[in-house]
Parts: sequence; structure tokens; C-alpha cells
Amino acid sequence: MGLLYGLIAVGLALIFGLMDVTNFAHGEFLMIAMYLSFFLFAFFAIDPLLSAPLVAAALFIFGAVVYLLIVRFAMRAKANAGMVQIFTTFGLAIVMRGLAQFFFTPDYRSIPQSWLGGKTISVAGIFLPEPQLVGALVSILAFAGLYFFIHRTDFGRALEATREDPGAVALVGIDKNRVFAFGWGLGAALVGLAGAIMASFFYIYPDVGASFALIAYVTVALGGFGSVFGAFAGGIIVGLVEATTALVLPPSLKSVGIYAVYLLVVFIRPRGLFGSI
Amino acid sequence: MDKDFAARRRRDLIIAAVLAVIAALTPLFVKDVVVQNILILTLMYAGLSQSWNILSGYCGQISLGHALYFGLGAYTTELLFTKFGVLPWFGMLAGGVVSALIAMGLGYPFFRLRGHYFVIATIVIAEIGLLLFHNWEWAGAAMGITIPIRGDSWLKFQFLRTKLPYFYFALALCCLAWFVTWWLENSKWGFWWRAVKDNPDAAESLGVDVFNSKMGAAAVSAFLVAVGGSFYAQFVSYIDPESVMGFQFSLLMALPAVLGGIGTLWGPVLGAAILIPLTELTRFKFGGSGRGVDLIVYGTLIVLISLALPRGLLSLFSRPKKTGAAR
Repeated sequence: MGLLYGLIAVGLALIFGLMDVTNFAHGEFLMIAMYLSFFLFAFFAIDPLLSAPLVAAALFIFGAVVYLLIVRFAMRAKANAGMVQIFTTFGLAIVMRGLAQFFFTPDYRSIPQSWLGGKTISVAGIFLPEPQLVGALVSILAFAGLYFFIHRTDFGRALEATREDPGAVALVGIDKNRVFAFGWGLGAALVGLAGAIMASFFYIYPDVGASFALIAYVTVALGGFGSVFGAFAGGIIVGLVEATTALVLPPSLKSVGIYAVYLLVVFIRPRGLFGSI
Repeated sequence: MDKDFAARRRRDLIIAAVLAVIAALTPLFVKDVVVQNILILTLMYAGLSQSWNILSGYCGQISLGHALYFGLGAYTTELLFTKFGVLPWFGMLAGGVVSALIAMGLGYPFFRLRGHYFVIATIVIAEIGLLLFHNWEWAGAAMGITIPIRGDSWLKFQFLRTKLPYFYFALALCCLAWFVTWWLENSKWGFWWRAVKDNPDAAESLGVDVFNSKMGAAAVSAFLVAVGGSFYAQFVSYIDPESVMGFQFSLLMALPAVLGGIGTLWGPVLGAAILIPLTELTRFKFGGSGRGVDLIVYGTLIVLISLALPRGLLSLFSRPKKTGAAR
């Protein structure tokens, strides 16, 4: 489960953590991805696992468009930049939820039959549910890929440089908007991946994103802004803490453990575990 | 203090008094219960947002967890009333004091945090409060508390046949929050807060007690919000964790101030006067379909206003400042 949170958080780590843009609509990105996956299954009988790349591609475009149409202008705000980002993306989240309700109705949906759903696999005598296992694998791959991408490619350097000093970056001929639009696309594609995998074992409804979004923010902040590895570590910690809390407290309180650990970590180290900002 | 500033403050006070009198007279002409309801909510959110603005606007510590204090106010009042028979008036004070104390207790570790880390911490602490109340059997857990009906009385602050007393209380709360802000704006604290907001390190080096001024702002802000929570509980006469401590309240307190003009005296009132009737009307007009049209309209408006006017609606009225504009 922790790696699954990691998977949701990795896209956010890119947008929120590396580009330092608040995205309060991240949960709604996840929701859209889950619906896409659902409809691809319902109409074309494509298994969520197969449709994952398609969903990711669609979300890439969506993320880039959202950046170019909305977020770009929010970042340009001269005053209260932080609040403007919070409330534009929050407004966007409300609109997306409304649209989902309008077009998809508030009904709960699920994908009844998929390659992964409900199956378990036995590894050395321990039974593991397959969807979570695949989620974990994809999550590790996604993190490794992103880590490589940020630290080893020109684009990754351009991204970090753009966050550090957009003015200087413009001087050396990097188009800030192109870099950030690509970053948003990538972040959205990653959450698209997460959504496609989760669609096979989670109920899908317009508000589904909200329940995961806060944990994703906490995961990123726990690991520390500006660090891909931090978000990965944060995901694992969050998963472990949740599982442990569920053992000692009633299930409805399992998130309390996560939140308490976040508070504890930032009180001791105010920039998260591996944060650089 | 230069003359312009003193004159402006006197003018603000006069405008506020005139507006309050006009507001106080509206129920004479507005008899429609739905409209009265909207007016009450507008005044309440104006007051709440004004209180939120003290910590987040003036002092610059953006909190998205004020629902915690709102809920604490509501719960303290109602638990005292239903379990111990303490009158809501005392419960209201108790709720305010409890919230202010908790705000200061939390401020102790919280105010070391900056930026996103602080904002997320405020969201998280409110969420913890919500979950704890959800599981607290004695306080009604997820079922909440239904406030027993004892008939109309000022003593128990409970009215079934008329909404007018609620209206006047909401107005009083709004005026109180405004007046506290007005008064603090020109106090030592008001100047300290703005210094802390602009540059905490520079403020500290000039001898501003950064930590204690943040604590002061948190306490005042939490106290007023909790009183608002008590009022809301009496007004709707049923509370459960989600309906008084949910994340939406944190946002609803912040939104009017942000839309009207964060860190300004008039921003929250202006923002609430536009936003709350709009919210209620879209819900009234489109909400019945259950298909989320009200959400679409509402969300679009938020996006547009925050993009078009990052300084808030007030910036439409003010001329560019002589100082401060230099960047």
C-alpha cells in the first residue's frame, strides 16, 4: 500500500516538489485517470493494465494543457503567488469534480473483472494481492525512471534550473513555459499510471481523489520538497505507518498515524527528511 | 503617524458604522426566510474570514486548518450544553478560550515551519481533530450531537420561530471581528505582524518578537473563529464532525479574504458579501439536479477571480500606492 501512495505521490513530487507549484487538483487528476481506465474497460474491454500507457499518455496531454491554459497565469501573479496557486488549482479541482458528477453521475463504479482484480499470489508462503504487487513494481520503476530523468538528462537540469531562477534560465535560451508544461505533463502522466492501476481494485466516483490527495501531499512533504528519493522514501514510510497504526488503533483512525508522523518529522527537521528547499 | 493614515482610519470606522446600521435595518425589509438565511451565513463567513485574516493575512501564516477551531468552538459549546447544562453563552466563551489555548499550544512547534510545510501541517492537524471526533464515542462520534429543543429563549440562544436573533448575533460577530482587526491594525502588534509577514528575519533583527507576535495572532484568530463555530452550532442545531470540522470550512474561511483582498481591512467583508450569496444562489439554482452544475459554476468563478485579481477585488478600488509598488 505504501508504494501505491508512493506512486500517487511521485507525480506530485514532480509538480509540487520539484517545480514548487502547488497543485490542489492532483487528486482530481487521479480521479480522471481512474474514469478513463474504467471507460476503456467498459467500452473496449481493454484491461486496466494494458490501458495504463494510454491513460498516462492522455493525462500527459491533459496536464500540459492545464499548465498552459491555467497554471501559467497563476504563476505570473505578482502578489500572493502562493494563495493564487492554491485557489486556482482548488477551483479547478471543484470544476473537475462537478464535471465528473455531471457526465459520469455520482454513482460508485468498479471494474468487475480484470487480470489483476481480486487475485493473490503466494511468495514464500505470504499471500500478496496481485494489484498491489503490480502497483508496487510500477511505482519502483516510475521512481527510478524519474530519478534518472531529473538527475541525468538535460531536461531534468533545465527543470531544476527553471525553478531556481527563471530569469537566468531565459537568458541561456531555455523556454520556461515549455519546460514547465512538459513537467506538468509528466507529473500528470505518472498520476495517470497510478489511476489506471488503482482502477482495477478501487471504487471509482467523483470524489475519490480527495481521499488520496492529502496523503500524497503529506508524502511529498514528509520526504522533503525538491527530492525525488525523498518522495519515494516518504511513500514507503507512509505505507508502513498506516499498516502499523491499523494494528493498534481502529481502522478509521489509520490516517492519524500518518499525520502524526509527518508532524513529528517536520518538528525535528523542518524541511522534511531529504528536502533541499 | 501621518495625517493621511489617521484620516483613513477614521473614515474606515465611519463607513463601518454606517454599513452596520444599514445591515441592522435590512430585516425590516427582507422578510423572506431563504434570503435571511443567506444574509446570516454571509455575515458569519465575513466574521470568520476577518478572523482568519488576522493570522493568515496580516501575520502571513497561511492556515488551512482553521476548521479545527471552528469545530472546537461548536463542540465545546454543545458538549457543555448537552452534558452539563452549561448555557451556550458561557460555552461560547469556553470554546473560544479552549481554541485560543490549543492554537498557542500548536503554535509552539508549528511556527518553526515555513511555506508549504506550515500549510500542510495546519491541514493535517485539522484532519487529525476531525478523525478523533469521528471516533470519540462520548462526543457522539460520527453521529454528532443534536441540540435539544427547549423553546425560544435568549438565555439558551435558541430560536425556532424566527431567525432574527441569529441575524443580529452574526452581525455582532462580524462587527466584533472587524473592529478587532481595525484596532489591531494600528497597534504595536499590527505593525509587528506586517513586518513578520514581509521578512521575518529582518523583523527579528530589528527587535520584533517574531515568535510571540505569531502566537498572539494565532490566539486572537482562533478565539474569534471558535465563537463563530459556537454560533453556527446553535444556528443549525445539529453538529457532526464533518459538518463543523471538515476541510471545506478551512477553505470557506480563507476564500472571502483571498477574493476580497488578503491582509486588508475590508477584503474579507467584501469577499464574503460577494462569494457567499453567490455560493448559496448557485446551489439554490443548479444544486437540485444533483449533477454538480453548481460545483462547475462555483469552481470556474474561483479560478477566474483568483487569476484576474491576485490582490483581490479591493485592488480595483485602490490607487497604486506611492511606496511599496517599487519592485
